[in-house]
Amino acid sequence: MADIELMQHTLKRRAQLMADVRRFFAKRSVMEVDTPMLSSAAATATYLDSFVTQCHAGETVHRRYLHTSAEFAMKRLLATGSGPIYQICHVFRDGEHGRLHSPEFTMLEWYRPGFTLSMLMHELNQLLQQLGDFAPCVYFSYAQLFSNYLQIDCHHADEAELRLLALNTIPALPASWQSDRDGWLELLMTQCIEPQLAQLSTPVIIYDFPASQAQLARCVKDANGNKVAARFELYAGGLELANGYDELTDAIELRQRFVEDNRVRQSLGKAIMPMDEHLLMAQSQGLPQCSGVALGLDRLLMVLLDIKEIAAVQSIGFSDA
Amino acid sequence: MATYSTNEFKSGLKFMLDGDPCSIIENEFVKPGKGQAFNRVKYRNLKTGRVNERTFKSNDTVESADVVEMDLEFSYTDGEFWHFMDPQSFEQYAADANAITESKDWLKEQYVYTVTLWNGSPLLVTPPNFVNLAVVDTDPGVRGDTSGGGGKPATLETGAVVRVPLFIEIGEVLRVDTRSASYVERAKD
Repeated sequence: MADIELMQHTLKRRAQLMADVRRFFAKRSVMEVDTPMLSSAAATATYLDSFVTQCHAGETVHRRYLHTSAEFAMKRLLATGSGPIYQICHVFRDGEHGRLHSPEFTMLEWYRPGFTLSMLMHELNQLLQQLGDFAPCVYFSYAQLFSNYLQIDCHHADEAELRLLALNTIPALPASWQSDRDGWLELLMTQCIEPQLAQLSTPVIIYDFPASQAQLARCVKDANGNKVAARFELYAGGLELANGYDELTDAIELRQRFVEDNRVRQSLGKAIMPMDEHLLMAQSQGLPQCSGVALGLDRLLMVLLDIKEIAAVQSIGFSDA
Repeated sequence: MATYSTNEFKSGLKFMLDGDPCSIIENEFVKPGKGQAFNRVKYRNLKTGRVNERTFKSNDTVESADVVEMDLEFSYTDGEFWHFMDPQSFEQYAADANAITESKDWLKEQYVYTVTLWNGSPLLVTPPNFVNLAVVDTDPGVRGDTSGGGGKPATLETGAVVRVPLFIEIGEVLRVDTRSASYVERAKD
């Protein structure tokens, strides 16, 4: 196909994908919302960097951050009793630029009050089959993957064991590499396990993450009594496509996590982010138990069209914008 | 010395790694779920020619390598060094045996070669893709045989041995592809 034809084909497939998503949620009475991209607060997560900008209104200058996902705003709507909602929007992450990353990308995010995490995983599975020719997902716990592919117990292995395993199995890693426990787990996941998942012909859902990687998910005990995060990730074609939580609803714990994130940011010499007080307030007044998931639509399109670069599935790539 | 951050990494970038000058072949930005980003880099060690992989933390910096490529004319060899000259400035550069490993069969006086200089010294001498060289030794030619089938070895003036068609004779000048060390055609003047 000529370049221009390919581009038109991709654009049309993209439009169809969004239309299919909207049809899927309309049928299920999930309401579409659109929330602001600019916010006075920002994500505190250690390795998530927000773009910052300023609004000049008369004498006052308002500092604003471009959202890294619509999560905080959508949770505020949930707390006011919106019921199930979804959003398709552009999100922004500073510094994330590569073959699989674009600093601006399109995300589908939805929240289901009353859903358990397994109900949401099931719905994601159904959505995938509606959007493309996907086989049903297979499910592995985080611990199963580490035990199957690396013969290590990810919940009990100490930092020294994980470090040794990483250095022995990833030849490109210099011996001087410094990391914390989660850092070693993430290296092993991305460098050793993900390539194996890419060999599978089915999408994979990984659940029961280590509690230290909970982010904004609630923590629970797994069948073996390990403290785990009620969080899952979806992989297809070797790409990480979605991240879902059984949402942490406790406002006090949420504030503690924000504060802890900022403490780590500070220790790494990174800017401290203003915590979303609106969200904390809304959550203290009652966020219903809910599960939510964010899915990268550009990457999904890459899998559907077997295109290897994220820029090639966007209407105009970051470098050309 | 200038430094590069991982977000400036791209193929062709020359940098120092463990004391050796290297050139990036491929750079991949990797970001695990919510974790710290890193770059997986495939590079060539310009000293050894070997290709390897290395993982860098995003925002790590590396030192730039003072590596430049120049077009230099081959002057002569004294057996220990191979001397090249910049045809514009007449400046001389001496390459050692390591630098000419891949090009020594194709070195002919007054021909121009791409010389990779590291801190001003030749690191690697790359011959042009095509050179014209005279045949100094080969079995007698078979006139009228232009089939190209079969062939025979011919020694060229630089010492290289290539397979040539049977009709080629001593003294003829041939166009040779240096990448595959193969005969292309009789040189046209």
